[in-house]
Amino acid sequence: MPEKKIRVLIAKPGLDGHDRGAKVIARALRDAGMEVIYTGLRQTPEMIASAAVQEDVDVIGLSILSGAHNTICPQLMNLLREKGMTDVTVLVGGIIPEADIPALKQAGIAGIFLPGTSTQDIVNFIHQRIAH
Amino acid sequence: MSEKSKGSTQTLTPADASARQPSPKELAWEKNTLQPTLEKSPERPCDFTTISGHPIRRLYTKADLPDWDAERDLGFPAEPPYTRGIHSTMYRGRLWTMRQFAGFGTAEDTNARFRYLLAQGQTGLSTAFDLPTLMGYDSDHALSEGEVGKCGVAISSLADMEVLFDKIPLANVTTSMTINSPAAVIWAMYLAVAEKQSADWKKISGTLQNDILKEYIAQKEYIYPPEPSMRLVIDTFEFGAKNTPKFNTISISGYHIREAGSTAIQELAFTLRDGLEYVEWGMRRGLDVDQFVPQLSFFFNAHNDFFEEIAKYRAARRIWHKAMVERYKSKNPRAWALRFHSQTAGCSLTAQQPYNNVVRTALQALAAVLGGTQSLHTNSLDEAWALPTEFAATIALRTQQIIAHETGVTNTVDPLGGSYFVETLTNEIERGAWDYIDRIDAMGGMVAAIERAYPQREIAEASYRYQMSVDKKEKIIVGVNDFVSAEKPLDILQIDESVARRQADRLRKLRAERSQAEVGRRLNALRTAAEGKENLMPFLFDAVKSYATLGEICDALRDVFGTYEEVAIT
Repeated sequence: MPEKKIRVLIAKPGLDGHDRGAKVIARALRDAGMEVIYTGLRQTPEMIASAAVQEDVDVIGLSILSGAHNTICPQLMNLLREKGMTDVTVLVGGIIPEADIPALKQAGIAGIFLPGTSTQDIVNFIHQRIAH
Repeated sequence: MSEKSKGSTQTLTPADASARQPSPKELAWEKNTLQPTLEKSPERPCDFTTISGHPIRRLYTKADLPDWDAERDLGFPAEPPYTRGIHSTMYRGRLWTMRQFAGFGTAEDTNARFRYLLAQGQTGLSTAFDLPTLMGYDSDHALSEGEVGKCGVAISSLADMEVLFDKIPLANVTTSMTINSPAAVIWAMYLAVAEKQSADWKKISGTLQNDILKEYIAQKEYIYPPEPSMRLVIDTFEFGAKNTPKFNTISISGYHIREAGSTAIQELAFTLRDGLEYVEWGMRRGLDVDQFVPQLSFFFNAHNDFFEEIAKYRAARRIWHKAMVERYKSKNPRAWALRFHSQTAGCSLTAQQPYNNVVRTALQALAAVLGGTQSLHTNSLDEAWALPTEFAATIALRTQQIIAHETGVTNTVDPLGGSYFVETLTNEIERGAWDYIDRIDAMGGMVAAIERAYPQREIAEASYRYQMSVDKKEKIIVGVNDFVSAEKPLDILQIDESVARRQADRLRKLRAERSQAEVGRRLNALRTAAEGKENLMPFLFDAVKSYATLGEICDALRDVFGTYEEVAIT
């Protein structure tokens, strides 16, 4: 029986339109054999949580470069909890000051990827996480 | 890689090597000197391409420039085809404007940074606005939550703009404003501040970014659909040509196209084709090319690949001159000379070993200067982490001052002119850019190409190709995929949520104190004008002066124009 593909939602929350990173990651994960849904720009946490439920994804990847991560991430995690999506792996990539990382992890973000991360590292992280 | 993208990379290939006819002496050198060396010690196993993937030869000689005519293709400074620059004395006459982009927090915070930078010898201002402002939302809008004052300064009304330029005489300083969709509104606020300061509109000078096309292509901060957005841009051209002859009403920007992952040739081609699109829309409005084009300026990236960047700026001037003279029959040399601002490449900065970014930025800035830039922003070492601290921003400014005053590169005009390599690369980049321009012409112009997602797809393709070459270590980034070492974290600038609270309080007070009836009347007048064909600048000017907020004004236009959603491609 063929292995079930890992389903990933790549989302670009907030007002920022810099989508280079989101698009590169979406394509790299697709090339690595995952099923990738890209939300497009300017998604609210509500829109992202609903899309995650609807698409029944294993992973949500957020691309945030604007400094709004401390507001957006906890909001999204609360919404996912409310919707009963407690087993989804949420990753954040972008411009995230190191001082903010502990609080984001505490809020339930599984992985935080800073500029310079290779796409292979993210693929490996997802494979390890989903295998466990 | 798709077949389509393979096709487009072929245009990057330099003139067919087999057509090259080396001199007998060069052939003898190859046989007697080069070959024995290669047999003993082969070259390093890398592909010798630029950061854009453009192949570079081992050695450039006369054989690479068979049809090249120095008087025709190089010319003289300040004369067609402007390869050597647009001023006859270049930096011997006047140094470039050192214009550091700044903006964060509230108008008070940024006003203090502006005054600090001017005191440090900066020669022009450049304003960064926060995302709510860029998207036409007030600071207290629900979608602004978490974003107020983060990526730039929060400006929600004329009251904020008055604070931003408090004690800065607009008659004496040139100001650049990086704003696009709501550019006409912000410009109206700026002109209102100038009026209050009794600064003569005919004399004030500065630059409005106002380049909506590259928003659809790359940075994606658009509000309205292309058609009404272009109307707003042309309204500013028309208003500027009459009222503010020294103000650049647009800065046609390749910077963001490059940051989105394009190659150097794509940056050049898409930017210049955007420029031609604006010219054509202006002409369709009935504007005179020779009158409005001199107020159009450009903005390019200064990336890592030193010679490719220099060649790009030189090719840009040549293409613009040719297009103005041949396509639009311009008779005014001021419309032929492409003037540009440049900024070092934000996307080249590394979060790892951030002090290395000072070196990267210095080399990129040097390329912009050797390419003949009119003004320059140098990035700060900490910008892969956050907006810059005052400490980091000062080093960035000092980097420009060192290039200007210590390196000696300002002593002569176009120091690289006549170099076999630089001239060949300039020719190749020019050819590659024309190839794209022709393709976009065939699609019916840039708006049509954007609607087909053509430039968006080309850029996405190039950015993925580059990321793969970094992941495979075909391209090395020091401190990232090689030469990695441990380091301690930087002290960075933190913007807290008190900015949002202060902005919300100020807006509440503003709405309580202004005349609601007057605001309503002026917004209605704007709405009615937007439904017709009139120039909207006078209506925007009236609206901002009643202290209607940015969000209210942009909403009035949303009512009439609607909003734009792109088809996302991945």
